[in-house]
Amino acid sequence: MVHGELWTAKELFVYPNEYIYWSIQIVMYPFMTGLVAGAFVLSSLYHVFGIKQLKEMARFALVFSFALLFIAPMPLLFHLLQPFRGINVFMTPHFTSAIAAFGIVFSAYGAIVASELWFVYRKRFVDIALALRNKQDRSLWESIQYLVYCTLTLGSYDVSEEALDKDHKAIKILAAIGIPVACFLHGYAGFIFGSVKANALWMTPLMPVIFIMSAIVSGIALCMLTYILIMEIKKLLASRKSLSRSSLYQSKEEIKGVEINVVRMTARYLLFFLVFAISLELLDLVFRGYTAVKSWDVLRSVIYGRDFTDIFILQYGIGNLIPLILLLLPRITIKRALLSVSLILFGVFMMRYNVVIGGQAFSLTFAGYMHYHMPIVPYNWETFKEGLAGALFVGLMPFPLFWFFNKLFPVFD
Amino acid sequence: MISRRNLLKNTVRIIGGIALPLSAFRIIDPKEIFAAYNDGTKVRWVFLVDTYKCVGCGMCVKACKLENEIPYDANVTRTWVERYVLTKDGNVLADSPKGARDGFTNPRIDLGLGQYADIKPAEIDKAFFVPKLCNQCDKPPCVQVCPVGATYQVPEGVVLVDRTWCIGCGYCIMACPYGVRFFHPKYHTAEKCTYCYHRITKGMTTACVAACPFGARRIGNIKDPNDPVTKIIMTERVGILKEEYGTKPQNYYIGLSKEVK
Repeated sequence: MVHGELWTAKELFVYPNEYIYWSIQIVMYPFMTGLVAGAFVLSSLYHVFGIKQLKEMARFALVFSFALLFIAPMPLLFHLLQPFRGINVFMTPHFTSAIAAFGIVFSAYGAIVASELWFVYRKRFVDIALALRNKQDRSLWESIQYLVYCTLTLGSYDVSEEALDKDHKAIKILAAIGIPVACFLHGYAGFIFGSVKANALWMTPLMPVIFIMSAIVSGIALCMLTYILIMEIKKLLASRKSLSRSSLYQSKEEIKGVEINVVRMTARYLLFFLVFAISLELLDLVFRGYTAVKSWDVLRSVIYGRDFTDIFILQYGIGNLIPLILLLLPRITIKRALLSVSLILFGVFMMRYNVVIGGQAFSLTFAGYMHYHMPIVPYNWETFKEGLAGALFVGLMPFPLFWFFNKLFPVFD
Repeated sequence: MISRRNLLKNTVRIIGGIALPLSAFRIIDPKEIFAAYNDGTKVRWVFLVDTYKCVGCGMCVKACKLENEIPYDANVTRTWVERYVLTKDGNVLADSPKGARDGFTNPRIDLGLGQYADIKPAEIDKAFFVPKLCNQCDKPPCVQVCPVGATYQVPEGVVLVDRTWCIGCGYCIMACPYGVRFFHPKYHTAEKCTYCYHRITKGMTTACVAACPFGARRIGNIKDPNDPVTKIIMTERVGILKEEYGTKPQNYYIGLSKEVK
């Protein structure tokens, strides 16, 4: 069977070679990079602009962004028909292609996040390494830990006041450089689509900007979601342990107070970017309808007809409008915030879906349609990686990775 | 403290210092020197399709599949034939079942999803066939977007794919406005019509041209003024497909109609 034939149903006049070649993993790819970029921008708001209320969130967002960073290229690898040749992008980058920049932008961004993370946690590495060094009879586990932390210090053991000051300066500079690079990382993901002139739905110069805005929205939303969930777990633990070792742990009320404060502050920024993202998307839609070029007939039939539920009900309605109202209403509560950020994440995912799959829902002939049927139950490698299972795998991987990184870079100390 | 005068002076110096060696690079671009002395090549392959002569027998598709080892039953093909049927009530119907590999033996129009349209001959205003293949564009968007440079244009204008280097991302497939590209079912890399490059470089004609019983397909060298194909393109009225994308396609069509997609 031809690649793509399995999940594509053709209707009316479609060229023989046309299939939905870019499927669910290509939906996941901008979604995941968007989360990376968004989480980083959120952390930079504190480091660069000194927004103190975001301090608690900043470290968390940075570590989470780092965890997501490792997952972001995974959907691309899943999507490639020759995954083992993926390295070719680094070896012979062909710079007239938007994808060729991936290697460079991605590694540059990774280096920035990694070094910023190192500066933030350097003191901790040194402290632990020194404590373990002075310890007499180390157990095997402690020896391993000692080795790991010694490596992590990179041989720099200076934790004097001046050295730490320099660290802070470096963090600020890195975070400042990181914002445009993060925007570039994701803006260029938008460029990959926006520059395809053969695709009537994708081709718009607004695409990179729309992608950046929705990226920041989704990044902040995911950070809030994870933050709230972790705080809830901590509250649960606190209420259990409050009887025995109350002095060691924060009390439930303390956590609650901090939590609602952080959530309230972050929600304000989320709202700002959300309004921006929605305006841009609507501008694009209005502009297409107003100019109504050759492709508009088929686009209109897709946007207002075939994909109406996906676009206007799932994306704009449930994913944008409802959370917008929920966030705008006064006296926000944790439950309401949790619901809104979950809906926003869903909305951004649907936006990616409607761009990637929607862009292939009509034929290059403008006289036919293609329907996408995502493989749900995997029965071979292809139906796994290009189906629901592969998408879920990619979507859930950041969490165990974050759990692991949290051991090295504890975010809540 | 640096004075304003010095700052400006140094700025000019630095910009000048950087610009000079960079401009030298530009002056001695070997490609330009080569082009100045030599046109590069004496050949630019182009294709000429006479739609009046096409009867939709599908011999070209069959020949192409066999010649270029595209699995015979796979629903992808390097070349195909489209059928257009315009009814008296203004409807335009078109199809290309299996790329017309077996010809158009059935008068019913394939609407996809297992449905067909039965059009009575009396209802038809006009109907015709249009063979399609890669346009070997002068400005190929597929070459532009390949992230690893696995697809490239040879000096004679034909666009080829390196099966040993293609990563299978599908960006070129997305970038082609003509839908000529697909993934090879066996090699799992991007695949496309090459004007039978392995044949035309040896003085033969393409498989589809050789197989066409009616002379609807012809290949020629646009740089040779005595080539019969060139003469037709230069002196008769010919059309190209999807000019608006700016890809400068090199397949010329006689008898192109506005309904052709």
